[in-house]
Amino acid sequence: MYEGAVQELIDELGRLPGVGPKSAQRIAFHILEADPEDMKRLATSITTVKERVQFCEICGNVTEEATCSICRDTRRDPSVICVVEESKDVIAVERTRSFKGRYHVLGGSINPIAGIGPEQLRIRELMTRLSDEQIQEIIIATDPNLEGEATATYLGRLLQSIGVTVSRLASGLPVGGDLEYADEVTLGRAFEGRRSVSS
Amino acid sequence: MYAEFLSLTDFRSYSQLDIALEPGATVFVGPNGLGKTNIVEALGYLATMSSHRVSSDGPLIRFGQERAMVRARLRRGQQGTAVEMEINAGKSNRARINRANPVRARDALGICRTVLFAPEDLALVKGDPSSRRRFLDDLLVSLVPHHSATRSDYERVLKQRNALLKSARASGKFTDAHRSTLDVWNQHMAVAGARLLRARLDLLRQLEPHIARAYNDLTDGSKAAGARYRSSLQTTLSDDGSAESGVDANADDLSALTVDELTSRFMDAFQSQQAKEVERGLSLVGPHRDEVELMLGPAPAKGYASHGETWSMALSLRLASYYVFLADDETAGAAPILILDDVFAELDTHRRQRLADIVATAEQVLVTAAVAADVPDTLQGRQIKVAAGSVSVDE
Repeated sequence: MYEGAVQELIDELGRLPGVGPKSAQRIAFHILEADPEDMKRLATSITTVKERVQFCEICGNVTEEATCSICRDTRRDPSVICVVEESKDVIAVERTRSFKGRYHVLGGSINPIAGIGPEQLRIRELMTRLSDEQIQEIIIATDPNLEGEATATYLGRLLQSIGVTVSRLASGLPVGGDLEYADEVTLGRAFEGRRSVSS
Repeated sequence: MYAEFLSLTDFRSYSQLDIALEPGATVFVGPNGLGKTNIVEALGYLATMSSHRVSSDGPLIRFGQERAMVRARLRRGQQGTAVEMEINAGKSNRARINRANPVRARDALGICRTVLFAPEDLALVKGDPSSRRRFLDDLLVSLVPHHSATRSDYERVLKQRNALLKSARASGKFTDAHRSTLDVWNQHMAVAGARLLRARLDLLRQLEPHIARAYNDLTDGSKAAGARYRSSLQTTLSDDGSAESGVDANADDLSALTVDELTSRFMDAFQSQQAKEVERGLSLVGPHRDEVELMLGPAPAKGYASHGETWSMALSLRLASYYVFLADDETAGAAPILILDDVFAELDTHRRQRLADIVATAEQVLVTAAVAADVPDTLQGRQIKVAAGSVSVDE
């Protein structure tokens, strides 16, 4: 145990995701030895982020204004919505540069162990959007794990009756990879989702 | 296959131990508490990534050390393979195959195949249904590695569904929101459950004739041994519990159903059991509630079998899994290594001899015994004397 401020800093850092006790100690001592100006900038950016950043009123993505830049962008196709779990998934899909619609960020997935049900996710907001806007297609892009699949199933059932096209991202082999390196589960899924080559 | 070399570093009681092994029978003899079982346990660990004695890896590492190493050179027909397993406390294990770069421990599964007999096997017959389910699932995974995903998918969906039922019960009221979320988990659990159930039913069908044959060979054949799968689909279908009779269960045969058919059976069962499940806050139908009933003649082995019969039944299950391995891969040198840990002391002379006659046909048999005289002559090949922390070969 260190004294006072140092130990407090280590404890705070240790609460961050992916930071264990050893890393927390290392970061704390890095901060101690670093240039005071640099560290002041770090502290300011943490406070600014908490003060300024909020969630988009429409899609739930992070933004510094009432609505995010994607929702404000009039060039985006308003008839397609891609549903994702987190804001970081928006960035991932944006990197493809091939999706021109808008997003809806759920804020997680259905996970009873963590106490997250549909009420804790931004599903009601999604339904409101569907009644207001001229949306024709929903693409569900939740994670391909058990909780993400469960969320997709839940949304699929909910949206069934509304008359929009609902699709789910495909899962299977990574592009540019080798078949021999695919694990059994991925390869099994790829077999299930195989498609005809004759067009 | 057979192991030609085994080396332990900081494993259990050994700081360093190197033993050359040979095909055929080898008996490890020495007083209790000196580490006979530790040697064979290490080889068993290479095959299954788990110990037959403890559920966590911690005790495998010599007290006060950070990691243990088990190295073995295995020979399968003409081909030799060196496997190294690093067992880490609190970290994931790593494996090296033929001195290449380290890989995930589970990539080394299947290189070493063993069937291990131990006094703990009595629990297979006398213990909870969970020990028989684990026996079946472990064998399933070692025969078809991708079933490890079938198994873990089911365990995960079960945990989530139980968490949901539990929180619904705690909230005191089963709302529409609960119902619609439960519907989603029902669907996922039905699919995962049906896959696991189908795999278990197929495996048991392969095992059953071998269990009967092994039991017959071990005893004088006065009783017929068998095993039947009792699914919670068959036993809990009616709400009042009146259908929990054997007659209905037998008439309702699941063995011919496909995964899709089983899935819809699960969906029906979840519907009919919903009130009960919500009330108890627990999943009541699924492979996690199933039982493999071992039969001796007309009566179940559990509760009705004598001590000797229980032993014969436990040995028959292990022998049957050995036979299934043999049938699964008939190429020369594919047969698993048989390990008999402290088994002979527990058996009468008659059964000892019969067991020895059967296992002597295997490519390699490793036996541990406190007293050499307990081991029948058929297996008295090479003897290794185990003293405190060291071994010496006694030809």
